[in-house]
Amino acid sequence: MLARRIIPCLDVKDGVVVKGVQFRNHTVMGSIVDLARRYAEEGADELVFYDITASSDSRVVDKSWVAKVAEVINIPFAVAGGIRTVEEARAILSNGADKISINSPALEDPMLITRLADRFGVSCVVVGIDTYKDPGSGEYLVKQYTGDPSRTITTSRRTLDWVEEVQRRGAGEITLNMMNQDGMRKGYDIEQLKLVRARCKVPLIASGGAGTMEHFYQAFHDADCDGALAASVFHKGAIAIPDLKQYLREKGVTVRD
Amino acid sequence: MKVCIIDTGTANLNSVRQALIRLGVDPVISHDPDVLGSADRLVFPGVGSAEAAMGGVNSRGLASFLRQTKIPLLGICLGMQCLGASSSEVPEGSKLEKIDCLGIVPGRVLLLDSKGGRLPHMGWNTVTHVDHPLFEGIRQDSYFYFDHSYAMELGPYAIGTTQYGTKFTSALGRGNFMGVQFHPEKSGACGARLLKNFLDNF
Repeated sequence: MLARRIIPCLDVKDGVVVKGVQFRNHTVMGSIVDLARRYAEEGADELVFYDITASSDSRVVDKSWVAKVAEVINIPFAVAGGIRTVEEARAILSNGADKISINSPALEDPMLITRLADRFGVSCVVVGIDTYKDPGSGEYLVKQYTGDPSRTITTSRRTLDWVEEVQRRGAGEITLNMMNQDGMRKGYDIEQLKLVRARCKVPLIASGGAGTMEHFYQAFHDADCDGALAASVFHKGAIAIPDLKQYLREKGVTVRD
Repeated sequence: MKVCIIDTGTANLNSVRQALIRLGVDPVISHDPDVLGSADRLVFPGVGSAEAAMGGVNSRGLASFLRQTKIPLLGICLGMQCLGASSSEVPEGSKLEKIDCLGIVPGRVLLLDSKGGRLPHMGWNTVTHVDHPLFEGIRQDSYFYFDHSYAMELGPYAIGTTQYGTKFTSALGRGNFMGVQFHPEKSGACGARLLKNFLDNF
């Protein structure tokens, strides 16, 4: 059976791994290559590297570290951050990344999803969606440029509409970053994940809010997500990946040994 | 040992190259039959579409070399699919019913009937294997990393099978020709062991 994926996310800023709370106040967590190797050895199923400054600074992610990561790890990894052209995507993939993940540039230019999917195949193209529950209306809306709080905007796009549109345009996987939860460790927004899951025919990755092992179980069991992504609980050692997998296995979730 | 990675112009070769470097060999990337013919091992990766990969094989004049070579060869993902008879992965809007492949094994490559499972079949799944030197030291039903929508039907040369809706050939072996649908270069310790077996056991 296909295993549910545990995906540590490494937010990269200026060549090091950082973590903030609700996308703000970043602190340095360690070197990219060291953390990548550690997670691969501990049993992570996949890694995601987000250059969180890239989109908001209008510059593409510095790619030299992508080749270094590919040298040391033997599991798949995705790179995200300000990828705006087929050429930029090609450079990252040819350096050894397995997938590219696009977020703000897809909102600027939705046809970018199709161009990337046509050139590299849908399974290389992940669309990240930063989604925010508006406290007033209770609606789920898409945010843009979340790497820089001073530039972050709430778009007029409704999350569920955008989920459907990106699939039509060629997204092979969707990562749903639930911003109300990010860094708070209070759990993924399971209600929202269920709504998205019902409209998402491609693999769906939950992101934002994991604090306990039970939160991962909920994402897999309750919301039928294919993968669960987390950062701070892994970086700070609150949850060890082997323990998490053992817990999930005992609860009947299929995970890789 | 001289290991050559066959360059058909479609695949991302760096991941395979790095995986072989981690095993202590320094692979040569080439599409020249004279260079490939001097190798001790051939690795045939592939990413993209069957048409692009077979187009790369044919435009470089590699088809007859590949069919006749006696050098141990490992096809990976689309590279394995190219060893089959044909692929039903035709370009959108094409009138073709299938893409002719190398025909080294008789299996056809068909859209994976996932019985409602999400496609592409992407992630870690188990491989049930027969007793074959490629799987030496690898536990039954170990996890490997897959990323594909088309797959080879079962047949006499299947040495590994995987279930995703339906059961398909996830590893094949016919004499010096071997192939794996998964990505050993991305499959952690089990994938590294399989690549090491390919280097050591043939």
